[in-house]
Amino acid sequence: MEILHFDIAAPMPAGGTRKMALVGVVASGNLEVLVERGDAADRCAIEISTAAHGFRDLWDAVVADFVGRRAAGGLRIAINDGGARPDTVSLRLAQGVRLIEEPEA
Amino acid sequence: MSNIRQSWYEAGARERIAALVDPRSFAEFVGPECRETSPHLGIFNLPAQFDDGIVVGSGSINGTPVLVAAQEGRFMGGAFGEVHGAKLTGLLRAAKALGRDVVIAFDTGGVRLQEANAGEIAIAEIMRAIVEARLDGVRVVGLIGGRAGCYGGGGLIAGCCSTLIVSEQGRISVTGPEVIETNKGVEEFDSRDRALVWRTMGGKHRTLIGGADVFVDDDAAAFRAAATAALARPAKFDAATLAAEQARLERRIARFGDMSDATDIWHALGINDPKAIPDMPADAFATLAAQYRESADDAR
Repeated sequence: MEILHFDIAAPMPAGGTRKMALVGVVASGNLEVLVERGDAADRCAIEISTAAHGFRDLWDAVVADFVGRRAAGGLRIAINDGGARPDTVSLRLAQGVRLIEEPEA
Repeated sequence: MSNIRQSWYEAGARERIAALVDPRSFAEFVGPECRETSPHLGIFNLPAQFDDGIVVGSGSINGTPVLVAAQEGRFMGGAFGEVHGAKLTGLLRAAKALGRDVVIAFDTGGVRLQEANAGEIAIAEIMRAIVEARLDGVRVVGLIGGRAGCYGGGGLIAGCCSTLIVSEQGRISVTGPEVIETNKGVEEFDSRDRALVWRTMGGKHRTLIGGADVFVDDDAAAFRAAATAALARPAKFDAATLAAEQARLERRIARFGDMSDATDIWHALGINDPKAIPDMPADAFATLAAQYRESADDAR
């Protein structure tokens, strides 16, 4: 299992008041994304656990793109990867940020 | 709420719970933020899931407080591991302590091979916890209609429930199709013959032979309605119930034991056109089943 950590500047702070959001499932070609509130409002911390070793550069690109497009500031994100493609990862990250902004169901 | 029908088969564990309980009533125990993941999967370089493939908690169904559990069939086939099993055991022991009914949405291939010993022990603990809760008058209602079906130890646990609600897609068995084929040969059971698998293990057959109690359409609202009705039934469980069921199962073997196909059994039950059963819509089938099926009387 390869564990990757990213702690990057996130200019757009996340909205909403939910403490936690969970999207996706650990299945082949899929992943789960657990979104929680972190400490600094201008940072986004992401931890990825993946069985597919050697893709740090690709994860780096996907995460940078995500933080640039979405309001991810102040979030702490944990990912369990089931070998998802980059487009699936982007989709789940977007869903996670969207869900934590929503009022409690 | 929209009026669009929600498929139980296609839904995930959390969507099933959301469809089952009253809005805003669900409180999860040991949720994903606790990160109680499997201690075994990492050894095999397999990814964990934060809830270990099962969601447990409390909620209410039409105002009645219940404890609920739902397995996630897409993660490791919904299989039982150490943590997954412990969460269900704990929920059932809480049910006994609180005197509160339990609804379990099964979706499982059985025990997780990577943690087989812990998983097998979990199956035994869960069965014991169900029996002990039921002896105290707790109802344990099982819902089966997911992609993984309810196999292996899951089939044993289902057999301990007070009521089983099943859709056509929900398969119930202990040994799965591939395992039978591997051990006994393709002549005995062709696991790729989907029609054979469904008419041997699917919800319609299980309903007709008394292996399941209530047949519903693949619709989350139908599962909720059937669960509501099951929670209103008497919670009787005693030695006389089990003795009656034992006698019924002995009669069943004597009656159907030599038959080689489910359609033969349906014919023997008095159904004139058994070949029409697989294509029959849920409503029509439920009406027919009510007339011809064997009743399991709260034990199976």
